[in-house]
Amino acid sequence: MADVTYIEWNGTKHVVKLKAGVSVMEGAVKKGVPGIVAECGGSCSCATCHVYVDDAWFGKISAITEMERLTLDCAKNVKPNSRLSCQIRVTEDLDGLTVRMPESQY
Amino acid sequence: MSDVIPANQHVVIVGAGHAGGTAAVLLRQLGHTGPLTLLGEEALPPYQRPPLSKAWLKGEADEEALLLKPLEYYAVHGIAFHANTRVVRLDRDAKELQLQDDSVISYDVLVIATGARAIPLRIAGADLEGVMFLRTAQDAEELKATIGPGKRLLVIGGGYIGLEVAATGRALGAEVIVVERESRLLARVACEALSEFFRTYHEEQGVKFELGYTLTGLEGTYRRVTHALLSDGRALSCEAVVIGVGAHPNEEIGKEAGLECSRGIVVNLEARTSDPNIFAIGDVAHRPMPIYGRMFRMESVPNALEQAKQAACAITGRAAPSPEVPWQWSDQYDVKLQIAGYPFDADLTLVRGQPSSKKFSVFHLKGDLVQAVEAINSPPDFMIGKQLIGNRKPVDKAKLVDSNISLKEIVA
Repeated sequence: MADVTYIEWNGTKHVVKLKAGVSVMEGAVKKGVPGIVAECGGSCSCATCHVYVDDAWFGKISAITEMERLTLDCAKNVKPNSRLSCQIRVTEDLDGLTVRMPESQY
Repeated sequence: MSDVIPANQHVVIVGAGHAGGTAAVLLRQLGHTGPLTLLGEEALPPYQRPPLSKAWLKGEADEEALLLKPLEYYAVHGIAFHANTRVVRLDRDAKELQLQDDSVISYDVLVIATGARAIPLRIAGADLEGVMFLRTAQDAEELKATIGPGKRLLVIGGGYIGLEVAATGRALGAEVIVVERESRLLARVACEALSEFFRTYHEEQGVKFELGYTLTGLEGTYRRVTHALLSDGRALSCEAVVIGVGAHPNEEIGKEAGLECSRGIVVNLEARTSDPNIFAIGDVAHRPMPIYGRMFRMESVPNALEQAKQAACAITGRAAPSPEVPWQWSDQYDVKLQIAGYPFDADLTLVRGQPSSKKFSVFHLKGDLVQAVEAINSPPDFMIGKQLIGNRKPVDKAKLVDSNISLKEIVA
C-alpha cells in the first residue's frame, strides 16, 4: 500500500491509500477524486489524466515511454514535470507521492 | 430551458453500462439531491467494456480494475444500484417501469442507457456451444476459457472487435482465422489505407483472412461447434467462433412507449427524447452532431461519456456542454489506432508519414476543412487533428502531409 496525495487546482487535497500495481489515474477515478477525467480508461489515448508530479518524486516514478511523451506533448499547459497518471504505477516505494492537477484536462 | 427539473425528483437510469454508470456519478457530482436509481441487467456494477477484448481477455486486468467504481461507491453516494434487473416495459402516462419480475418502479425523470446488443448470425448451428459474442464480461469469461495454444478461433467479422479479438487470440497462442464478407477489413469504418495496413500487420502476426466470404452454417458434435461452413463450400475446423458483425440499439422499451426512434432513440443536444421527462444516452441514442450538421448513432466510450454529461447537465439545470469532436480508439498488438471525427462528405484523403514505418495518419478533408483523422501510432496527429476538426479552420494541405513540419505549427 502507498498513500498518494492528489491536489486539485483549487488547492483541495485528497490522500488516498492505493494498492501496489494500480495506476495513479485509477486511484483517483475509483475514489472519486475530481480533476482527472481519463476518458480512455487508461490506454494512453486521450491525455485527460494529466498531472504534475512533485519534483521530489519525479525521478522516482517509472520513466516516460515514447507513446506517452507524444500524447502528453499535445495536452494543454504541459510543464517539465507533467505526466499522464494512467502510466504511473503505484509501488510501495511511492508511499507519499504527491501529484497536482492542471486547471483543466481539455 | 423551459423544462427545469426540481432537485428532489426521482431519477431512474435504465442500463448500467458506461453511459448509465457515468450519468449516475455525474448527477451526484453536479448536485442532484433527489433519489437516484440505477438498474443494470448484468451481475456487475458498471464496468469498462473496451478491456474485454484486450487486457481482460489476456488475463492482465482483474474485476476490480474493470469496474468504473467499486461497488460500495454507489451506496456511499446515495445511488440505489440494482444488478440483474431487466426492464420490460415503460408506461409514460403512469411514469412507471415494469421489471422482469413484474414489480414496478416509478420515476420522475428517466434516463434510457440500454446500449446495443450484438447482431446474431441467422444460420444453422449458431446456437452451438463455443459460438460466442463479445459484449459482456460473462461473454469474455467464456471466450477466455475456450481459446489457447493449439485451439483454432474463427472470428466472424473484420471490424474493430473482430480484429482486437484476433490479436488477443494470437497473444494467447490460438490459431486465428478471420472471415469477412466484404473484400477488405474495417470496410464500414475505416479507409482503404488503414484496411491494408491492418491486414498486413495481422498476417505478419500469423492471422489468416478469408475476405469476401460468409458463413453458411456451423456444425458440431455433442452440441459443441467443430466446423464452420464457408460460402464457397469449404469446411473449417474450429474450437471457438466469435461473432462480431455489428450491434443493434436496445431501443425497444422507448419505441414501444411511443418515443421517436430512428435506428436508435432520437434525442436533442441535451440528450432529451421526444418526451421531456425522458433522456436517452450512449449506444442506444440517435443524436445530433453539430459539427457535421447531421444526426447519427455512435458506439463508443467517448460518446457514452459525452451524452452522460449532456443528460446530467440538463437534469441539474445546466447549459449543454459545447459540441464535442467524436473520437475512438483501438489497440491491437502494439498498434495504437486513434480516430477523431467522421469522414462525412470528404472529397480528399491525405496520408502523413509512411505506412511501412507503422507510424502514419490519414486525414479526410472536405475542401480545406479536416473532417476526420485516423492515426496509427501517432498521438500528435490524432490530438492536433481533433483540434483542427473542432475549430473548422481551413488548413494548408501541403503542410499537413509534410512530416518535417510540426502539426502544432499548423493549428497555431
